Amino acid sequence: MSEPMTALGGAVYDGVVTVREAPATGMVLLRADLSDSAVQEAVRAVIGLSVPGQRGTAFAGSTGLLWLSPDEMIILGSHAESRARVAALDDALGSAHALVCDVSDARAVFTLEGRGLREILAKLAPVDMAPDRFAPGEVRRTRLAQVAAAFWLRDEASAQVICFRSVAQYVFDLLSDAADPANELRHFPR
Amino acid sequence: MSIRLSTGGRFLNRARPVRFSFNGQRLPGFLGDTLASALLANDQMMVGRSFKYHRARGVVASGSEEPNALVNLGSGNRHEPNQRATTTALFDGLEATSQNHWPSLEFDIGVVNNALMRFLPAGFYYKMFIHPRSFWKHIYEPFIRQSAGLGKAPAPEDQDPDTYEHFYSFVDVLVVGGGVAGLQAALSAAQSGVKVMVIEQSAHWGGRAPVDGGTIDGMDPDAWVEKTLNTLKSMPNVTVHTRLMGAGVYDHGYALAYERLSDHDPDKGGVRHRLWRIRAARIIAATGALERPLSFAGNDLPGVMLASAVRDYVVNYATAPGQSTVVVTNNDDAYRTAIVLKNAGLDVPAIIDARPEGGGALMEEARGLGIRIETGRGIARVRGLRRVVSVQLCEQDGDGAVLEDIPCDAVAMSGGWSPVVHLWSHCGGKLNWNEAGAFFAPDPDRAPTDQTGAPFVYCAGNANGAMDLKTVLQDAVEQSQNVIGSLGCESGDASVPSVAQTQEAPLLPVWLMPAQAPKALRSKAWLDYQNDVKVSDVQLAAQEGFESVEHTKRYTTLGMATDQGKLSNINGLATLSKALGEDIPAVGTTTFRPPYTPISMGAIAGEARGALFQPVRKTPLHDWHEAHGAVWEPVGQWRRPYCFRRDGESTQDAVNREITATRASLGLLDASTLGKIVVKGPDAGRFLDMMYTNMMSTLPVGKCRYGLMCSENGFLSDDGVVARIDDQTWLCHTTTGGADRIHAHMEEWLQTEWWEWKVWTANLTEQYAQIAVVGPQARTVLETLGGLDVSKEALPFMHWVDGTLGGLPVRVYRISFSGELSYEIATPASHGRALWDRLLEAGAAFDATPYGTEALHVMRAEKGFIMIGDETDGTVIPQDLGLHWAISKKKDDFLGKRAQQRTHMTDPDRWKLVGLETLDGSVLPDGAYAVAEGRNANGQRNTEGRVTSTYHSPTLGRGIAMGLVHRGPDRMGEVIRFARDDGETMIEARIVNPVFFDPDGEKQNV
Amino acid sequence: MLILTCPYCGVAAEETELAPGGEAHLTRFGPGSDDAEFESYLFYRENPKGVHFERWRHANGCGKWFHAARCTNTLEVFGTYPAQTTEPPAALREAISAKRPGWSWRSFSEET
Repeated sequence: MSEPMTALGGAVYDGVVTVREAPATGMVLLRADLSDSAVQEAVRAVIGLSVPGQRGTAFAGSTGLLWLSPDEMIILGSHAESRARVAALDDALGSAHALVCDVSDARAVFTLEGRGLREILAKLAPVDMAPDRFAPGEVRRTRLAQVAAAFWLRDEASAQVICFRSVAQYVFDLLSDAADPANELRHFPR
Repeated sequence: MSIRLSTGGRFLNRARPVRFSFNGQRLPGFLGDTLASALLANDQMMVGRSFKYHRARGVVASGSEEPNALVNLGSGNRHEPNQRATTTALFDGLEATSQNHWPSLEFDIGVVNNALMRFLPAGFYYKMFIHPRSFWKHIYEPFIRQSAGLGKAPAPEDQDPDTYEHFYSFVDVLVVGGGVAGLQAALSAAQSGVKVMVIEQSAHWGGRAPVDGGTIDGMDPDAWVEKTLNTLKSMPNVTVHTRLMGAGVYDHGYALAYERLSDHDPDKGGVRHRLWRIRAARIIAATGALERPLSFAGNDLPGVMLASAVRDYVVNYATAPGQSTVVVTNNDDAYRTAIVLKNAGLDVPAIIDARPEGGGALMEEARGLGIRIETGRGIARVRGLRRVVSVQLCEQDGDGAVLEDIPCDAVAMSGGWSPVVHLWSHCGGKLNWNEAGAFFAPDPDRAPTDQTGAPFVYCAGNANGAMDLKTVLQDAVEQSQNVIGSLGCESGDASVPSVAQTQEAPLLPVWLMPAQAPKALRSKAWLDYQNDVKVSDVQLAAQEGFESVEHTKRYTTLGMATDQGKLSNINGLATLSKALGEDIPAVGTTTFRPPYTPISMGAIAGEARGALFQPVRKTPLHDWHEAHGAVWEPVGQWRRPYCFRRDGESTQDAVNREITATRASLGLLDASTLGKIVVKGPDAGRFLDMMYTNMMSTLPVGKCRYGLMCSENGFLSDDGVVARIDDQTWLCHTTTGGADRIHAHMEEWLQTEWWEWKVWTANLTEQYAQIAVVGPQARTVLETLGGLDVSKEALPFMHWVDGTLGGLPVRVYRISFSGELSYEIATPASHGRALWDRLLEAGAAFDATPYGTEALHVMRAEKGFIMIGDETDGTVIPQDLGLHWAISKKKDDFLGKRAQQRTHMTDPDRWKLVGLETLDGSVLPDGAYAVAEGRNANGQRNTEGRVTSTYHSPTLGRGIAMGLVHRGPDRMGEVIRFARDDGETMIEARIVNPVFFDPDGEKQNV
Repeated sequence: MLILTCPYCGVAAEETELAPGGEAHLTRFGPGSDDAEFESYLFYRENPKGVHFERWRHANGCGKWFHAARCTNTLEVFGTYPAQTTEPPAALREAISAKRPGWSWRSFSEET
C-alpha cells in the first residue's frame, strides 16, 4: 500500500481564518431509510452513535455522522478503517435494504479555524450564517459559489467544509480568497 | 463664475487638501468633495458634451440622478467610462476626463449636430437610415458606430486589476435610505427586536433634512441624525452601512445592494465593490424624492441646475455654482435655495415663481431678505453659449414675449419633487397619481407581494409621497409599525418625534414654461439631458401616432440612458399626456428596472474571475499530466490531456506517436473522469432494464456489458460499460460529461416515478482513479506489478475482478475502447498517482506511453466505436447508429422504447451511420455535409449526410471518418461528395463499413 | 429569485440551490400507448396564469425531487410536498381553494 494522497497535499492559507486541507479522512456513505429502526440499530451497533435527525450531526472523537437526506448519511472516521467499517455495516445491516460504500477518496475536506468563519461562508453560500440561525450541530448541504458542498460547525471557531475531490483546488481558492484579511467585514458578532 | 466659499461646507475636510486632474489639468479640492463639487469650485462649469447634439453640458444635480456630469475615471486598466461626477468622491490623484467630444471639450466637431438639430428630430435614425438598403452596411452603420455611445469602453486587452466579492445576508427588515425617514423607520422597527439592516448609498447619513432645515425633537436635523444613528449602532439587532446602495428588489424578498468600498480611497486595498445578496422579510424603501427640472428653452446650459443641488453645493461643499443666481420655481421649496444663497453672501437677482399668487412663509422670508420676487412669471429662454449669461423673463401663461432680460450666471430651477419609487416598482408595486403634489406615489393596495402573498415592500417618507419633515417622520413610524405588525411582532415605541417646520404653500404643476411656448422655444426645452430629448420631440412622437408611453420612450429614447430618466420621466409623461389630450395617470409610466443606478460588472461577477471564473475539475493524476506536457482539453468542467507533447513535437506528431506506441506495445490513459454509479437493491436489475436499452438484469456477476441509455424521446443520451458486482449490485460507467447528469436522471426516475422500487444509487465517480492499460503488452505489465491473475482464462474479455496490483487495491475491468488488449483499473483516488507511477515504471521496458483524448478518439474511430456527442447530437437514436444489437427485443419497456416506435423514428429514410473513406486518402472536414442533387425551398443545396467524426489514422496512413448518410448502410461502396469549408469545392468519399481496423477483434481477444 | 422549502431537508432554499423539472403529476405512457397518449405525455404542457404544479430538485442540497404549488402570476407559493404522489395533498388543495377560489389545473380543481 502507498500512503493515501489527499487532493492538495494538506494546503494551508492563513487569513481571517486558517483554511487547511484536512488529512485523509475516512468517509462511508450509507443509503438507507434512516427512520428504519433496523438501520438505526445497525448504525448504533457499529459506529456507537445515534442516527441524527434532519440536518443533524453526531460526533464522538474523530467519528461522526452527517445527515445528508432522509435516506443518506455520511460516516466520518479514520481513513485506514473505512473499508473495514463498510464490511461491518454491511454485516450489521443484514437484509435491510441499504447501500454502503467507501467514499473516503471522493471528497476533499477543509477545516476553517478562527472566529471569522461565519462571514467566510456567508461570502460563498446562500445560507443565513447568523449565530441564531446556524449553530454547531447542523450540517448544511448547499453550494459554495459554483460547486456543491456541505459544511458544519464544530464550534464557533472551527468549521469543516467538504466538496468533491476534483474541485478541491477551486474550493480552496474560494475559501482563501474570502479569508483575505483585506476583505474582513466583521459582520457577525464574535 | 462658480467659486469656493471661504467658510462652511458640511462634508469638506479643509485640513485635507487634495489635487486631482480634469482633462489633464491639475486642480485643487478637499477631501469630502465630490468630483462635481470640486469642478464647480474650480469654475469648471462645462463638464461634457451631450449625446446627440454635442451641446455643452454642466452639472445639474448633486446626487445619483445626475444626467450630464458623466466622466471617464482612471486610466489604463482602471479606466471606467460614464461615472457620475456627483457621486464620485474626490481623492488625491483622481484622474477624470470628459466624454463625448472630439477633439476637445471646448472645441468639438460633433457640435455640428447642434446646428443640424432641426434635421435630427425624434426617430431620426429610424427614418433616415433605411434607404437605400445597401448603404446600411458600408455607410450608415460605421457612421453610427463612430458617433454613438456614451463614453469609451476600456481597451479589450486591459484586465481590471481590482477584486470583488459577494455577501449573503438575511434580515427581517431592510431599510434602504439613510435619511431621516429611513433612520426613524429603522429605529421604530428595531425596537421590536427584529433584525434590521440600514443601507445608505452616499457616505453621509441624514439625507436632505440637514440641508433643508427644521427641527426634530428640538434639535437641528444634524444632531437628531447623529443621536438616532448612535442609538441604532448600539442595538445588537441593527447593522448600518454607508456607501451601500439598494440596487434592486426581486421576487420573494430578494434584494441586491452595491457597496463601494474603495472608490473613494483607491489605496485602501481589499475588494473594490461588494455585492450584497440580501434576503429580507420586509423592505422599507426610504429612498427619498428627486427634484424635477422645469422645461424652458435653454434649460440645459451649464449653470442651470436643480434648486436643491445648488443648495447642496453651498451647504455641503461650500461651493457656489454662481455669483448671481436666478431661482425659478413652481413651489415653495426652491425659496430655501434663494435664502441659502443670500445668507452665504451671494446675489439672487430674482425668484421667478410660476404661481400667480406665489408661495407662503418661505416667500415672505425671502422677501424679507430683500430678494425680488416675480409671481406668475416664467423664463422664456436662458441666454448664453457655454454658460449662463442672463434669463429672459416672461408671463408664465403666455407665449414667451420677453418682459425683461435679467443678467445672472446661474439658474436654480425646481419643478417639484417625485418620490423615488424605483424599489417599490422593481418587483411589481403599482403607483397612484397624486394630483396635489403632481407625482406618482406607491399605491399601498397594489404592493409587491412575497411567497406568502403578503406585501413585502413598504415605502416611507418622501418615497411614499410624504413631502414635509413632519409627515415624513409620521409616515416613517407608521410604515414601520405596519411592517412590524405584518411580521406578527409586537410593535415597539410608536412615538413620533416632534417637528418644527415652515408651512409650505401648494405647488402648481408646470410642464412647459411658458405655457404657450412656440416651437422655437419648445425645441430648446430639454426633458432628457443625457439622451437629448426635448419637449418638441415627445410632441412629435405623439403627433406621429405613438400613444403608448413605452413606444414613445423607445422612439424618442426618453429615459433610456444610464440615468434611466430619473429627472426626465415625469416631465416627459406629462408632456406626452398633454400632447395626447389625456390625463397623466391614463398615460401611465414606463417600467422601472433594476439596478437603481449602474453597478459594476465586477460586482456582479464577484469572485468569479481569473482562476475562479469557473470551477476546473482535476483528476488525481492532473499534476503529473501538467508536468509532462499535457495539452489540455476541456471536457465539461474537467480538464483532460488532449495529448502529451514532447520537446519539438507538434500536437499532431504527439497524437500519432501515442497511437502508434499503444497499438505496437503499451499505452496508458487517465480514464478517471468516466462516471461510476453504483446501483443496488432487490429491484436494481428491473430498474436498469428500464434505464438501458439492453437487458442488464441478466448480466452474470463478474461480467461487463456495454449499454445504451436513451431519453423518453428515444434519443441516445449516454453509453458505457455496466459491471455486475453481486446479486443486487451493478456498477454503471457513464461518459465523462455524463456522470452527474446520468446520476440525476436515475434519481429522478427512482424518486418521481418508481418510488416503490427498492433501489439505491450512489455516484462514486470521484472515489476512484481509473487507468486504462492498453496494447499488446498490457497483460505483461500487469503481471509485472503482480498480485492478480489477469490471464485470458482467469479474466476473459468483458469480465472484471477485484484484487491488488503492486500492493494497491484495485478493480480490473477487461474492456476495450481501442480494439487492443486492454484493462481498465480502478483504484481509490488517494492511490491513483501511486498506481500510475508503478504502471509507468513497470511499463518502461515496453515503451509505456501515456496518451490523451485525441489518441483515444482516433483509436475508437479506427474500430468504428461511436462517441456520445460526436455521433449523437440529441436527434440520433441507437438504430441510426447500427446499434440494434444493443437494444433488447425481449423487454416490454425501457426509456425511449415507445418513442422509437414513432413513424419518424422507423422511417427507412433516416440518415444512418457509415464509414467514409476519401478517394484521395485525405481527411474529411469535420462536420462537412454531403451534397445531394437539387435545391430546397429556401434555395439551399440539398444534403444527404454529414461527417460526425473524422481523423487521420496513423495506423492506416490515411483519413478515416464516420458520418450519418441517407440510407447509408444500403449504399456501401457508393461515392458521395462532401463540401469543403469554402462551401464550393467538393471532396469525394466512398461509403464503407465503419470498422476500419481489425474487424474480427483479433487484437483485443488475446 | 424564488425561495422554496424542501420538504425533505427543511431548508428554505433559494433558486440557486434548486433545479427546475417542469410540470408535475405527468402520467407516463410507454409501449402500447397510442400516439395521442404518448404525445400528451411527452409534449403537451400546461401554461397557466395562476395556480400551477411543478417539479423541483434540491440539486445543490439534499438532492431530492419535490413538488411545488405556485401562482405563476404573483409567484405566491401555496406549498411544497414530496414527489412520491400522483396528486397534490388534500390539505394543500384546500389551502389553494381558500386563496384562489375557483382554481383548476388539469384534472384537479377546487371541487376535486
